Amino acid sequence: MSEKSPLPAPAAEAKRRRRGRSWAILIVLFGLCALFYAITIVKMAHF
Amino acid sequence: MAPSSSDTILEADYRDWIALLKPRVMSLVVFSGAIGLLVAPGHLNPVLAFTAILCITVAAGACGAINMWYDRDIDAIMRRTRNRPIPAGRIEPGPALGFGITLAAGSVLVMGLALNICAAAILALSICFYVFVYTVWLKRRTPQNIVIGGAAGAFPPVIGWAAVTGSVDLMPLVMFGIIFIWTPPHFWSLALWANDDYRRAGVPMLPVVAGAKETRRQILLYTIILVPLTLVPYMIGFSGIPYGLTAGLLGIMFLERVYRVLTDRQDAKGNSLTNDAPAKAAFKYSVLYLFALFGALAIDRLIG
Repeated sequence: MSEKSPLPAPAAEAKRRRRGRSWAILIVLFGLCALFYAITIVKMAHF
Repeated sequence: MAPSSSDTILEADYRDWIALLKPRVMSLVVFSGAIGLLVAPGHLNPVLAFTAILCITVAAGACGAINMWYDRDIDAIMRRTRNRPIPAGRIEPGPALGFGITLAAGSVLVMGLALNICAAAILALSICFYVFVYTVWLKRRTPQNIVIGGAAGAFPPVIGWAAVTGSVDLMPLVMFGIIFIWTPPHFWSLALWANDDYRRAGVPMLPVVAGAKETRRQILLYTIILVPLTLVPYMIGFSGIPYGLTAGLLGIMFLERVYRVLTDRQDAKGNSLTNDAPAKAAFKYSVLYLFALFGALAIDRLIG
């Protein structure tokens, strides 16, 4: 059984950067969801 | 400068997108916006206060991204800016502009929905002022770019105040005035020793157009106007003696540093013979000065 050949260095770096961007977008989206939820709760408390 | 085909340009990672927001400029914006919130009369729920500061921060970042998109040609020329994501080729201009516009629109929208229309309107005005008046109109045309453009950086305390009160009063306008008058001596102290970069890029900064001697004189002139202005909050009864004393002391120290800039050893053309050491010291102090001044204002209000 042949072993998987490792990615060339630039491709591996590009993959690492894409993964970093994806995580950043995920964190921002979760943060926004939490913020909008909190704003809604605060606003509703005033009614 | 476009990267040559022989260069290996890696695609942007998340740090490049953060760099588009000019995070170092943001710290003053966040701070002055927070001070506007803190000193305003009334109470704001912590979640809404956080949202207001976030909106001000994101709007400032959006301005930075749009500015980097517009200035990508001169950024490629200046040593200080040529490694920014767009001139370095890591981010394409189009996506950078889209990023900036999305953040600008989003921050105004959230400010309007979560806080109030007044704060959102001033936030929108500050973004338009920075992009259209400063970046597009003034920056490349007049040595007064920093003077009038400084207004864009003076908006955050007004926005913070409006987020709490839903209106604008005399005090936030005084805070606006303080940042407005502080900006020229602050920025020209930097421009004195970053002169070559601006000259190469053709940006008409005061030292490039009027020379170092005139710039030193103007720095002193603006600081002389600034110091009494910082005493206005005390004089109108908005703050107490602790702030008044602090503002006076900080102002005297600022004047002393600026006087050293004026009397710096220089040649006949006004070029510094000390590698602009006094200007560098004045620039560093000007940052500390504004943080300490507004910090004192907030502490005085909270304990007073």
